[in-house]
Amino acid sequence: MGYQNIFTQVQVRAAADMGVPLPKGDWARDGKPAPSYLMGKFGEAQIGPFYLGRLGLASLVLGFLAFEIIGLNMWASVGWDPVQFLRQLPWLALEPPSPKYGLQVIPPLAEGGWWLIAGLCMTTSVMLWWARTFIRARRLGLGTHTAWAFGSAIFLMISLGFIRPLLMGSWSEAVPFGIFPHLDWTAAFSIRYGNLFYNPFHCLSIVFLYGSTLLFAMHGATILAVGRYGGERELEQITDRGTAAERAGLFWRWTMGFNASYESIHRWAWWFAVLTTLTGGIGILLTGTVVDNWFLWAQQHGYAPVYPKTGVVDPATLGVLK
Amino acid sequence: MRSTQFGFRGTAVGSVTNPRIAASLVALNGIPATPYALDPDNGGERAGHAYQNVKVLGDLSTDQFNHLMASITQWVAPPAQGCNYCHNPNNMASDAVYTKVVARRMLQMTRNINANWTSHVRGVGVTCWTCHRGNAVPMNVWNEDPSSVPKSGQRLIGNTRGIASAGHDSVKYASLPYDPFTPYLLGAYPIRVQSKVAVNGPEVPIKATEATYGLMMHMSGSLGVNCTYCHNSRSWSDWSQSRPQRVTAWYGIRMVRNINNDYIQKLAWAMPANRKGPLGDPYKVNCTTCHQGLPLPLYGVSMRKEHPQLWGPVTRDVGGIALPGVPAAAVPQADGSVRHVVSVKAVSPASEAPALRSSTAVASLATPTG
Repeated sequence: MGYQNIFTQVQVRAAADMGVPLPKGDWARDGKPAPSYLMGKFGEAQIGPFYLGRLGLASLVLGFLAFEIIGLNMWASVGWDPVQFLRQLPWLALEPPSPKYGLQVIPPLAEGGWWLIAGLCMTTSVMLWWARTFIRARRLGLGTHTAWAFGSAIFLMISLGFIRPLLMGSWSEAVPFGIFPHLDWTAAFSIRYGNLFYNPFHCLSIVFLYGSTLLFAMHGATILAVGRYGGERELEQITDRGTAAERAGLFWRWTMGFNASYESIHRWAWWFAVLTTLTGGIGILLTGTVVDNWFLWAQQHGYAPVYPKTGVVDPATLGVLK
Repeated sequence: MRSTQFGFRGTAVGSVTNPRIAASLVALNGIPATPYALDPDNGGERAGHAYQNVKVLGDLSTDQFNHLMASITQWVAPPAQGCNYCHNPNNMASDAVYTKVVARRMLQMTRNINANWTSHVRGVGVTCWTCHRGNAVPMNVWNEDPSSVPKSGQRLIGNTRGIASAGHDSVKYASLPYDPFTPYLLGAYPIRVQSKVAVNGPEVPIKATEATYGLMMHMSGSLGVNCTYCHNSRSWSDWSQSRPQRVTAWYGIRMVRNINNDYIQKLAWAMPANRKGPLGDPYKVNCTTCHQGLPLPLYGVSMRKEHPQLWGPVTRDVGGIALPGVPAAAVPQADGSVRHVVSVKAVSPASEAPALRSSTAVASLATPTG
């Protein structure tokens, strides 16, 4: 079989990399870095140091608060029984308020109030973490591409949980906290709005999602495959193209007729990922606000496949019973 | 798993079944042999004249009447008690035992289903066996759920609003509102949620969709069928893409509402506490009660040939008990006229219910006063 380059063959141990010096005003990095053999098999073996910072601390505190509110509500819903809590955990939920409360701030705690508070804490925590990714990049002298990509994901999240409920005039439209409950919500959402498969933005989002997965597999495989030519040294291959980049490019050119470059593949990947949530968020915001039944909308716009009718008639239209 | 295509190619309308589960249901869905063969009615004395206090089955011959009684004993009564499960052995006409009062109403219900709900039960119809299967109380029934009433101490936290907990067979273990019965099989809340127009449709919350979804999970589990047995999943609401079975199910829902509201709920006064749920409501019917895992109860085999007595006039003016709120029934007469059965003075629960247990008060129930 030979050298397959799936897992790291030889792990190097040297003095820990403490990172570039941070500007004044930043906290010190925490922790004594330690190597992990398991992590080193497929990634960077060094764990730590970690930068906490003001934004990070605030984000973690609020995130923890949200987590506790959700968890304690779930636990209370099974009568504080620890065994039932673990057994029923995938089904437990913290639900948004009932439709009758509209956009009321704040409904009774047990009737959606806690959901709102937990949602506020979670959203603020995520926003603070976003700020953290932005600021850390700046402090380390990097471009802020990660932050903006994260921003796209956040756009989808707040579309689902905040903007669309606002547009619909009801918190009850938002997603519940809970493993199975939030998944059943997606099923109910699609049922309610006439099958989201016919929402063109949903289609686009799927294209970009599957494309992202595909690209990540392609890129990871390509780099590993040219590891023997130093292909993982991407910055060098970008600025001074070597045999690794040439072989990688030719592989794809001969496979599918075109190829990316060492730099552009990362742009492909970045855009596919960002567009996944961007188009998805748009699709969500259009649903229920502009379009009420995507299948009917597809029929009107001529892209729903036509199958023979079954001849079944709605019994409610026969006037005998309601 | 076995999949069968029902719809046009590409629509994935079909059934997916587990042959091992299907095989295991055969033993549980048989029909018992009739107690004895019933001779055809050659016009002997009517049961309404031969026996006392016959209010529903008076149109039957005595042979037919007795044959039906033997069948009911087999279908419903615990073997140890036999006829005495409903009757006072010293006075077979007496209504002292509550089960007789309930059974009388259920006989009316069965005849009503077989006559007026052919949109659902077709010519196959139902008998007591269809639900009871040898049990005094059918195995698959439901009550209003006490956990839907918020417990004290849950005012601040932990209110699940009838959705989030595990282990609810009522919705086949999905994380959906786990009482789909009260709003949809007792109440008449609208089940439809999808808009009929592409834009500017009515506002129906997602929560309503989850409730409908829960009902659909119940129906799927009760009949042992998947969603595309009735629907084309690309457009759930579109009838022109659905199978005819969906129409049958639509009538089935209305039939169950009729059963629960007009027959079973109105028997609460007659039933003792151990036949009612924690909130004091009688055990009610849902799809599982009859279907018990099959799309056609008892594989669609009709019991009518051996038990024609349960297909008959819906009410009979020998003194049909029409409980309060049930409208008078029109009974066609042999000469072409129509006789209207007037509601008898109803036995009110507050004053009369204790009397059911004592044989001395039998006289007040034995004869109609209307």
